[in-house]
Amino acid sequence: MHYEAPIREPLIIGDKSYHDITVDVARPIETAPPRSWWIVFSISLVMFLWGVGCILYTIGTGIGVWGLNKTVGWAWDITNFVWWVGIGHAGTLISAVLLLFKQKWRMSINRSAEAMTIFSVIQAALFPGIHMGRIWLAYFVFPIPNQFGSLWPNFNSPLLWDVFAISTYFSVSIVFWYVGLIPDFAAIRDRAVRPVTKHVYKILSFGWGGKAKHWQRFEEVSLVLAGLATPLVLSVHTIVSMDFATSVIPGWHTTIFPPYFVAGAIFSGFAMVQTLLIIMRKLFKMEDYITIQHVEMMNIIIMVTGSIVGIAYITELFIAWYSGVEYEQYAFLNRATGPYWWAYWSMMTCNVFSPQLMWSKKLRTSLMFTFFISIVVNIGMWFERFVIIVTSLHRDYLPSSWSMFSPTFVDIGIFLGTIGFFFVLFLLYARTFPVIAQAELKTILKSSGENYKKLHEQHGDH
Amino acid sequence: MATTSSKEIIRALYDDDDVILKAVKDVREKGHRVSEVYSPFPIHGLDHAMGLKPTRIAIASFLYGCAGLTTAILITWFMMNHDWPQNIGGKPSMTWAQNMPAFVPVMFELTVFFAAHLMVWTYFAVNKLYPGAEAQNPDKRTTDDKFMMEVPVSGNRDELVELLKSTGAIEINDVNENA
Repeated sequence: MHYEAPIREPLIIGDKSYHDITVDVARPIETAPPRSWWIVFSISLVMFLWGVGCILYTIGTGIGVWGLNKTVGWAWDITNFVWWVGIGHAGTLISAVLLLFKQKWRMSINRSAEAMTIFSVIQAALFPGIHMGRIWLAYFVFPIPNQFGSLWPNFNSPLLWDVFAISTYFSVSIVFWYVGLIPDFAAIRDRAVRPVTKHVYKILSFGWGGKAKHWQRFEEVSLVLAGLATPLVLSVHTIVSMDFATSVIPGWHTTIFPPYFVAGAIFSGFAMVQTLLIIMRKLFKMEDYITIQHVEMMNIIIMVTGSIVGIAYITELFIAWYSGVEYEQYAFLNRATGPYWWAYWSMMTCNVFSPQLMWSKKLRTSLMFTFFISIVVNIGMWFERFVIIVTSLHRDYLPSSWSMFSPTFVDIGIFLGTIGFFFVLFLLYARTFPVIAQAELKTILKSSGENYKKLHEQHGDH
Repeated sequence: MATTSSKEIIRALYDDDDVILKAVKDVREKGHRVSEVYSPFPIHGLDHAMGLKPTRIAIASFLYGCAGLTTAILITWFMMNHDWPQNIGGKPSMTWAQNMPAFVPVMFELTVFFAAHLMVWTYFAVNKLYPGAEAQNPDKRTTDDKFMMEVPVSGNRDELVELLKSTGAIEINDVNENA
């Protein structure tokens, strides 16, 4: 009954038992963090606090402290927003789409990928909030009864759709993550020795006991949530792209945006998963669970989505020419050859050229190379959003209002702050949460574990 | 004669998922009732072997989704077409039907929002899961690598214990619910 074709590489390496999986997953929680953790955590915390300072300065003084001007009214803030939301796409893609496709290799990476999703959506949500200027009026984006003559938000606006999409995505991702975490928290609770630890994990595990009926419901709930989250994850970046596509700015007003943005989001999300997991598997000695094969699978997804993004860039150029609209043509010619040519060609090199190297099996199974490319891809994807947003705006309708954008220290500070905040959250998560979905992983030990596969080959089905 | 109190339960511990799955089938074949199985992970086919009914939580989720869609239709109609209709960008919203294409994203999101959240709340409620609840598993090892079956004693206790041992139980404990 636990059978898998012998040509499939094992997903769990070594001679592991169920107990070994519990011990390996609990180890980072039960041991004191190493010095390297404290160093990275301190750096992240300082960056985060610097970001908090810049945000407070922005709120106290007004968004005039950013580099925005009358022509370029959206720049780093929205670039960072879209960048972080994009990164936040891999987690749900791994846990939902790969669950529906019965891809077992998702099991050892979905927990951390979902954590990454939640933490990056938090960063993303910060930017529209502070860009409002008067953040204390942020509740106005929600359709709540008010005393201003029942002034409701405009449901025709993609910015409002975005509020609904991001809120739904964020909250559904959290419950999806938490439903899976409960049995793993219970395992930590039942191993805990210190009273404080025991108490904390007792609260977190909601009293889970692994009853048969509960597991039956657990599996059904996971499947339904995956079914709901799959169109949801595709809808989120579709709606983010509509913030641009429904406008009339040349360079934004394109119907290709939804699929192009979704592919780009998956592309950057997987790159960030690679960045985090390559370090985590090494520091936590989880090489037996997050294998080279897992890294290779994700690299293939990066290669495929990178190619889709490349085709989208070329299609945009073709359609601009084919449309015969000179303003549209100018917008794209200006991107590639105008004053922001360096941003455009950085984007092209990082996003279109670099993932093609993954065709080589040697390169896509190399950890160093993967790590390098994952950083390159995320730089490229940041430039993609910058190119779309700033180069489309900086050549306005009247040449007299043409301008350039240069970030102030506040723009840079807030961006660095979100990177710091992201890593603060991820590092805390890595020390307190079971970073691998151990209960789920145990279900594939007998079919995909190296030792069991070998036994199966020697003795056949018994 | 050994006790025949229906309150008495035998807890048998196993160390393999395939063994306990087979054991559940065997014990049920001999006419005993398997009242509960605790396992560290979902065992494929266990619900069937124990005779559990299929869960209806997906149906609940569908109904919650319908409620979400209805809510979205009602709020968009009320806010955009009824309470304060506005001429936005020269595109007046006279009726909900004319305005509907612009509401599709919100209708979709609210459907998913209701279906997902209310299903998870239902899941917590029916499983009696809440922050700070006492652990439901009587033996701590069942969240690690052990599997436990609970069988209420009906008839001869010793025969049942022998049966459980023959199915591969590594540990047998008696529990009296009155105690």
